[in-house]
Amino acid sequence: MITIDALTKRYREVTAVDDVSFTALPGRVTGFLGPNGAGKSTTLRLLTGLGEPTSGTARVLGRRYADLPNPGLDVGVLLDASAQHGGRTGLETLTLAQRTLGLPARRVDAVLDLVSLTAAEAHRRVRDYSLGMRQRLGVATALLGEPQVLVLDEPANGLDPAGIRWMRDLLRAFADDGGTVLLSSHLLTEIQMVADDIVVIGHGRVVAQGTKDELLAGAGTLVRAADPAALAAALTGAGFTAAPAADGAVTTDAGLAAAGAAAFAAGIAVTELRAGDGASLEETFLALTTDTQRDTLDRASGAAA
Amino acid sequence: MTAVDTAPPAHDAVAPTLRGATAPPLARLVDVELRKVRDTRAGAWLLATIAFVVVAMIAAGTAWGVNATASFGSFVSVQVMPMQLLLPMVAVLAVTGEWSQRGALTTFALVPRRGRVVAAKALAVLLVTLAATALSVAVAAVGVLVGGALHDVPVAWDLTADQAARALLIHVVSVAVGFGLGVLIRSSAPGLVAYLGFVLVAPMLSAIAASYVAWWASHGLWLDLPTTLQAFSAPQVTGESWAQLGTSTLLWVGVPLAVGLRGLLRTEIR
Repeated sequence: MITIDALTKRYREVTAVDDVSFTALPGRVTGFLGPNGAGKSTTLRLLTGLGEPTSGTARVLGRRYADLPNPGLDVGVLLDASAQHGGRTGLETLTLAQRTLGLPARRVDAVLDLVSLTAAEAHRRVRDYSLGMRQRLGVATALLGEPQVLVLDEPANGLDPAGIRWMRDLLRAFADDGGTVLLSSHLLTEIQMVADDIVVIGHGRVVAQGTKDELLAGAGTLVRAADPAALAAALTGAGFTAAPAADGAVTTDAGLAAAGAAAFAAGIAVTELRAGDGASLEETFLALTTDTQRDTLDRASGAAA
Repeated sequence: MTAVDTAPPAHDAVAPTLRGATAPPLARLVDVELRKVRDTRAGAWLLATIAFVVVAMIAAGTAWGVNATASFGSFVSVQVMPMQLLLPMVAVLAVTGEWSQRGALTTFALVPRRGRVVAAKALAVLLVTLAATALSVAVAAVGVLVGGALHDVPVAWDLTADQAARALLIHVVSVAVGFGLGVLIRSSAPGLVAYLGFVLVAPMLSAIAASYVAWWASHGLWLDLPTTLQAFSAPQVTGESWAQLGTSTLLWVGVPLAVGLRGLLRTEIR
């Protein structure tokens, strides 16, 4: 259970996190989605007590993270897989955490097994690990204390397709066992595949949140015909919205049957009629991303002028 | 867009029970920090270098440093300077190692009370200092016996408890300087350079300043910790030296530690 309430973090000139509120519930995977630089990592750092919010609160299991006596036993955290001492072996990295938490040494072997790092790999120095192996090691550290909450920042970075599948199954199983999972990503598809609830953040603000089904359902119906203008006129004439989509298709808020009937009544032959494909979430997200890019372009040309 | 119902669930009022109900005891954190001192390649090399220098200095003393008697006191005091150079590096790296490789992200996520981690590190490097000093005295004892037998001269057990304590004091104060600079700078290479500047460059600059500025010549020792510390290797130490140790330690340990801790305890860990 994670409760973030009106969380705000201002640095000198930028507001990195702006009045962010959301809840991650037990038994569910909550995806924290946003383009790079949207404030995801800052939010997670504030959540885990590594930074102080300017205002607002972030609570895990009903408490401030910094007030958890031995947080590793309750919250598994992986904020940056590359932030591990390269001079230590994977085994030593885990042993340090195991000792800090006061766990028996066999937990180290158990989590190594869980993340499929072999004994030979565990004895290699982290410097020689691929990013995917570092992610596995980071997840192993997070799971060491058998926590009830997982907080992971971009855990799929650097994983190969099989690794991404493994990560998805692991998080699913963790949530199905009653655990709370909060994971961030800048990739919609990645979040779509694993999350039950989605929080979309851009420019430090929450721009959309809800269950995955709710967010994807907003897409309405997609209808295609030879003459999209006539089709759109027919739909609006019947009292529905009609917006042009890609390749001469039209999206409408009419249901499948109503959209088909409206086209039929106007004597228009429909060539495609189906539920919209989650375009609304994707478009929201895409708009956010392009916004960010346009901002940087403006700033760059402004600086050049 | 629809939002998740913002009304807090009923069980929010009662915080769930925690598995981690008690904080890790300080002794456990010290044990972990002692491990970190030696479990990286750099750390292991540094400790091996200290052991090697101790043995090499004594071996050289055994071969060439014995005159009419084999003096235990001089065997111990000859090691003070190399130890003063190397031991504080352990302290610098114990702190800066968390930042140079960003391990602080994991360390402080596991132990959010940062002050406890810093205290554990300080105790760990203090233990290393005590162990290294004990080792150097033990090796000196063996060396002086071997040296006496080798050259067929009597062994002089001429190390007073007072002198031994002052050798330890020099080590501890130097290590405290290294620790304070580490906390202040939080980056390995600059931290090490800063310590070398303190122990090697600062006394030279101070001597130059003393030859030009009369005021510095008569008052410099109140601020010049490395030069003040040299007086503590002498057979006798004046009350004024003790007072100078106090003020210069405040400057070289107290100020960096206070400023550094303020930042370390508050800064956002990235």
